[in-house]
Amino acid sequence: MGLLSKKDAKLITDPLADNNPITIQVLGICSALAITAELKASLVMGIAVLFVLGIGNVVISLMRNIIPSKIRIIVQLIVVASLVIIVDQVLKAYAYELSKTLSVFVGLIITNCIIMGRFEAFALGNGPWKAFLDGIGNALGYALILLVVGFFRELLGSGTLFGIPVLGDPIEKTGLYSIGYENNGFMLMPPMALIIVGLIIWVQRSRNTTLIED
Amino acid sequence: MSLKSNLHTIKEKYKGTKMAPAFNALHTFLYLPNETTHNGTHIKAADDLKRTMNTVIMAMVPCLIFGMFNAGYQHHLALGVIDSAQGFLGASFWTWDNLVIGMWKVLPLVVVSYGVGLAIEFLFAVIKGHEVEEGYLVTGMLVPLIVPIDLPLWMLAVAVAFGVVIGKEVFGGTGMNILNPALTIRAFLFFAYPTWMSGDKVWVHGAVERDQAIAAGQNLDAISGETILGSYAQGQEIVYSYADMFFGIIPGSIGETSKLLIILGGLFLIFTKIGSWRIILSTLVGALSMGLIFNGVVDAGWITSSSKFFGLMSVPFWQHLIIGSILFGAVFMATDPVTAAQTNKGKWIYGFLIGFISIMIRVFNPAYPEGVFLAILLMNVFAPTIDHYVVQGNVKKRMKRIKVKTA
Repeated sequence: MGLLSKKDAKLITDPLADNNPITIQVLGICSALAITAELKASLVMGIAVLFVLGIGNVVISLMRNIIPSKIRIIVQLIVVASLVIIVDQVLKAYAYELSKTLSVFVGLIITNCIIMGRFEAFALGNGPWKAFLDGIGNALGYALILLVVGFFRELLGSGTLFGIPVLGDPIEKTGLYSIGYENNGFMLMPPMALIIVGLIIWVQRSRNTTLIED
Repeated sequence: MSLKSNLHTIKEKYKGTKMAPAFNALHTFLYLPNETTHNGTHIKAADDLKRTMNTVIMAMVPCLIFGMFNAGYQHHLALGVIDSAQGFLGASFWTWDNLVIGMWKVLPLVVVSYGVGLAIEFLFAVIKGHEVEEGYLVTGMLVPLIVPIDLPLWMLAVAVAFGVVIGKEVFGGTGMNILNPALTIRAFLFFAYPTWMSGDKVWVHGAVERDQAIAAGQNLDAISGETILGSYAQGQEIVYSYADMFFGIIPGSIGETSKLLIILGGLFLIFTKIGSWRIILSTLVGALSMGLIFNGVVDAGWITSSSKFFGLMSVPFWQHLIIGSILFGAVFMATDPVTAAQTNKGKWIYGFLIGFISIMIRVFNPAYPEGVFLAILLMNVFAPTIDHYVVQGNVKKRMKRIKVKTA
């Protein structure tokens, strides 16, 4: 990559696989369970976190030398909250239907552990450019898992992808449904997201055994 | 050459290779192995894991056979082909026709359950390179007994795969699992395909098909196969006598209807010292106590008959044991030695809470007409904690004794 040095590129690629915020750092699990029943919601959530974390990391990084360490959590919260409000307002303006189902969870981005985790662990100790790349990388890693989980949950739970029926019509009994297939209602419940995340962790660690702790 | 020596040669041939565990399992399942231990201390005992498993299966076989007859009987009765059997030995119950229908519906469930479950066990044994464990022998038999008769086979296959992998293999296989695999499978089915696991259509073979035919415009009478718990929950009148409930001539999951055969199976398990009588007894005591509390609430007039819980709360407490599957759960599920509490005191607490919570769910949650499987799964999770506190309590008691002596 000509644009980025090797070290900088690693900031983006690492969180996608071997240092994934969900499967390795085990952060941001709550939202991964809550909103992955549909791919569309997963995608919007991923983009929202990408925006908040990318900009938030830069802002915190710029202020890192002037934030008193005693009140740094409060400062971080204010930054996240302002960014989340922007996301929420944009969603309300341009994707009202979606914002109705997502607004609670968008609000909860404030408490998403990935964001606070990256502020604390990275932005407070690195320059804005690196912090930006780190934020983008982690948000992409988060979005990646969200999309994988959302793919399986929506496909097996509702038989659709992005709301488009791909397995036939369950009421008219066409496609797969004509031979007796039925949607798996368990997939739409949060426990199944936990199990799918667990399976992803299982696959990932059995392919790369260096990730296994103790 | 006999089959045994053939198998032995094959086994020797594959020794040390990846497939060895699969052949070992086949050989030792069918025959006594040729090799014996020579060195070191060893115990010669007949009751190894396989024998234990087989004993439990023997205890369940009567339930399975009865389940086949009952499946056919309920089907024919609902179609109006035969008259009510009027009791356990009724002429229209033990007929060849009933058995054929039952076998036709039940045996595929058994085959799918064992086929999928054992395939996964063999697969994991080969991948992980350990011997095939016998854990699935009992689970494979339990699963067909606790599902409705008309459950589509592919759903069962999916659920078995899920239950064996998530319920057991991820924890390290037989003996390491926290949750009872058979109940994990049932829970999966219940939450994934609720329309096939509850309601008033799935318990009698043919009711669902009949429904579809009516929906398609044919002029037929709908078949209702509501379970007793379902009828209570909806405030309908119960058409079955206590004898019917006890002998099991009622709609329900395949193997859990006949309380008589479950009791016989339970006595057999207690006699062979495989099932823990403490767990069975305390589960029943727990269920009775919860029933008594509800009866007390009704008697005291704290709840009016307009409440939706009134129907189930006013059921006489002893009757809770002969409706639903609490007895089956107590005898065959709660006693699973891997997932139950291990200490004697812990077993009492564990069993009591299972019974107590089962009846609570049964009465209070109309979405789950039967709460036994949920109660047992919940207590499976708590069993190690119970054991921990029992052991710690014991340690404390003994420490005190030492202090008294030294003082």
